[in-house]
Amino acid sequence: MSLPVIHRGFAIERIYPTTPARVFRALSDPQKKRRWFAEGEGFEVESYTLDFRVGGFERTRFRPTGGPPMTTDAVYLDIAADERVVFAYAMTVGGAPMSSSLGTMELTPTASGTRLLFTEHTAFVDGQDGSEGRREGSLGLLEALAKELETHG
Amino acid sequence: MLQHSPLDRVFHALADPTRRAIAERLVAGPVSVSELAAPFSFTLSAIGQHVHLLESSGIVRSAKLGRVRRVELVPERLALAERWFVTHRARWERRLDRLGLLLAEPSDDQDPRGGQR
Repeated sequence: MSLPVIHRGFAIERIYPTTPARVFRALSDPQKKRRWFAEGEGFEVESYTLDFRVGGFERTRFRPTGGPPMTTDAVYLDIAADERVVFAYAMTVGGAPMSSSLGTMELTPTASGTRLLFTEHTAFVDGQDGSEGRREGSLGLLEALAKELETHG
Repeated sequence: MLQHSPLDRVFHALADPTRRAIAERLVAGPVSVSELAAPFSFTLSAIGQHVHLLESSGIVRSAKLGRVRRVELVPERLALAERWFVTHRARWERRLDRLGLLLAEPSDDQDPRGGQR
């Protein structure tokens, strides 16, 4: 029997001292997007593709060093140049579904640059089942979390 | 939206390396507080305080059996999900920080509308 889905949401805001057009290019240009979105986590990025248009896909294949393969697959739902990007995406860990999310990036010009507001609504599904798998899943998450906190405190 | 949520307590609890080590030790199974304390150079009462903080975040639970307090990881999926959400949000925080670093670099963009250069 499937476990109930757990829902959460969060929002993160940043002000960047540049124009909305330049921020938008960093969201839409595959080379730029790969650099800040996929690289730099201590993960090995096996592949990254971005087809930035409504209905287009963004696929990331990566793994923590020595860890299980992970995927992030997104589809773009709504794009307003220099203003807004809405996308849906799902993550898997070791082939098991972990989460499905709706993400929204909103760009607003401010006196000092551009305000970016990222809002996400997530359904956590955790495809693990059975106590042994759960224990391994817990261990993997703890290790991943410890690594992240050590690196970035 | 998530201020003062269980997430904050989980994040705080796992931000400390000793408490992370305790949580990782408990993945192998429940142990007594004195067994938990053995690898560390802390007093029993210091370890007890760490355990108490982990307990208040919902990551572990403990029960006294006679004179021994046994500690175990809370296996509930909710605790797992909360830890996952902490990691997930932190990942996005760092992504947006990296985006800021990228935007702080000298521009190599050719603005398609001729706005730059």
